[in-house]
Amino acid sequence: MVNKDLELFDCGHRACGGCGAALAARLVLKGAGTNTIVVSATGCMEVFSTPYPETAWKVPWIHSLFENASAVASGVVASLQKQGRTEKVIVMGGDGATFDIGMLCISGAFERGHDLTYICYDNEAYMNTGIQRSGATPYDASTTTSPAGSCSFGNKRPKKDMPQILAAHGAPYVATASIAYPMDLMQKVEKAINTPGPCYVQLHAPCCTGWGFEGEQTVAIAKLAIETGLWVNYEMIDGKVTKVKKVVRKPVEEYLKTQKRFRHLFKPKRQDAEIAAIQAIADKNAEKYGIDIKLKKE
Amino acid sequence: MLEITEGSLAVAEAVRLCRPQVIAAYPITPQTHIVEALADMVANCKLDADYITVESEFSALSACLGASAAGSRTYSATTSQGLALMFEVCFNVAGMRLPIIMTIANRALGAPLSIWNDQQDSISLRDSGWLQFYAEDNQEATDLHYIAYRVCEDPAVALPAFVCFDGFILSHTYEPVEQLNQADVDKYLPKFAPKERLDAADPISFGMYATPEYYHEFRYAHDKALKDSAAVIKKAGEEFKKLFGRDYGAMVEGYLLDDAETVIVAMGSICGTTKDAIDEMRATGKKVGLLKVRVFRPFPSEELSKALAGAKRIAVLDKNISLGSKGALALEIRDALYGSRVSVFGYIIGLGGRDVRKKDIKEIVALAEKGQGDIFYGLRKEVL
Repeated sequence: MVNKDLELFDCGHRACGGCGAALAARLVLKGAGTNTIVVSATGCMEVFSTPYPETAWKVPWIHSLFENASAVASGVVASLQKQGRTEKVIVMGGDGATFDIGMLCISGAFERGHDLTYICYDNEAYMNTGIQRSGATPYDASTTTSPAGSCSFGNKRPKKDMPQILAAHGAPYVATASIAYPMDLMQKVEKAINTPGPCYVQLHAPCCTGWGFEGEQTVAIAKLAIETGLWVNYEMIDGKVTKVKKVVRKPVEEYLKTQKRFRHLFKPKRQDAEIAAIQAIADKNAEKYGIDIKLKKE
Repeated sequence: MLEITEGSLAVAEAVRLCRPQVIAAYPITPQTHIVEALADMVANCKLDADYITVESEFSALSACLGASAAGSRTYSATTSQGLALMFEVCFNVAGMRLPIIMTIANRALGAPLSIWNDQQDSISLRDSGWLQFYAEDNQEATDLHYIAYRVCEDPAVALPAFVCFDGFILSHTYEPVEQLNQADVDKYLPKFAPKERLDAADPISFGMYATPEYYHEFRYAHDKALKDSAAVIKKAGEEFKKLFGRDYGAMVEGYLLDDAETVIVAMGSICGTTKDAIDEMRATGKKVGLLKVRVFRPFPSEELSKALAGAKRIAVLDKNISLGSKGALALEIRDALYGSRVSVFGYIIGLGGRDVRKKDIKEIVALAEKGQGDIFYGLRKEVL
């Protein structure tokens, strides 16, 4: 059972106020418990949590490189099994480490069926190096390498569907979650680590610095992502979607307007066609996962 | 018991006797026979190890890193492009002070693609903080694995090592090799018991980042441990001799050095050919000797300058080149002999599998006697 009061990610780390990733780390460890070993990829979370000689991690923790966390974790799992030890192994990687540079190692670890849980804290760009686009950056988001300009609306491609890719590897448990729904997040982590084999959990973790909003808005914005259908919380068991968070959907505009990375869609003039294209992405999500709650007509 | 066996299989047997608990490897010529043999041992319950069939060499060493940090003795083997792909992980493993042992079946680096032998691969990682051993023959290649585990797992060292042997020339050659038995190896090599490991009962953080206030000192400590490992190598080598008769106490080894006017310095299998050439030159009255460098990292500057003190001239054979400069071994020997009056001549030989024969060694000695060095030896001018 998840112990909400367990604190295994210590305060005093160097994350920005309102950091979604720091909240994600704290919630993940509440869900995972003390008998856990964490393998971190290089990234914001690794840097803000472990400036030598200080560490925020109250569980055993290892960081090697940006792209090899799942391979390192494979070795940890093999070693533990050989020693007859029972610790659960969790990988923590940002979206750059997961969607882009670390994908080969993730694919290898999942194909080999290593008993680990890969958690991607998805803040939708390379935040540690100063907000560059990744394969997880949403359509039209302005980043420092996909800037909006006089002949660009920002990032040209929608997010890569990592959960589907890992489900296609035969992962027994794949889930998405959001820091806005902490109980759901913790339960999914708990379920993942207790499912034998390679499991994947992708967490929506807004970044106030990278997305351009005030730190106290992090949870509200994560919630809006769900409520607009731009992020869907679901569970897949053996490749089949078994549970979806349903919502009474709001227009995507309500989410987009809260963040500077989308402000070029509204100023200096409103870009109706682009907003409609993003609305179409949400509509497609809603249809694919059946998230819409139909209100009864009075 | 003496057994005539292929170099790769002899090495695999030594690795088995070292009882690695986690092996992670990826196929690449000419290393593959080693990891095939180990896979076969695991499949037939002759080796109780978890064998991870990774999707790249990069992941092979990364998996070893994780397994070592979790407290297991680990092993991998690679060569050439595979080692180049591991470049980033190599620095990481050494910086994290993890005693992983990796066999390198030395091979050239592309481009152009070449599967044949030289030592450019491991030499290119000379600055990565690993110990580097080079074997002359398959007996030495085999024995160096015991020495490497023993030295690297010593808490005072806590560093990884390459055991290098020349691809094809040794890896695919059948030679008589004396194998140890399990009881003897267990006596020589205690169980791996690192002071720190990933353990939920005692949580620590590995691989944190260091600010400028700390990084400089981390590197100093790493360099010091690598240099200080010389004493541990000596002790491990001497004890090996006491138990098994073969002497690996010294990091360099002389052949007919005492009265030698011209001394050839070399690493790896070329030392065998050189010894034969020296015997023939000696028969004609030429005072020639060999200094074999068995350990390239830590670099044995002191032993080397002592051993070379009486020479008139030194001919260094390098199966590598720091392009735009010189062969790595020649550069280091010049540094070790700085201030002495001995002339050091460098020769780049045998790149990408070009055969080097006794007549070549004799020709190189003649070139050194004429004061001609720092050259690519044996160029085929007609294809230039």
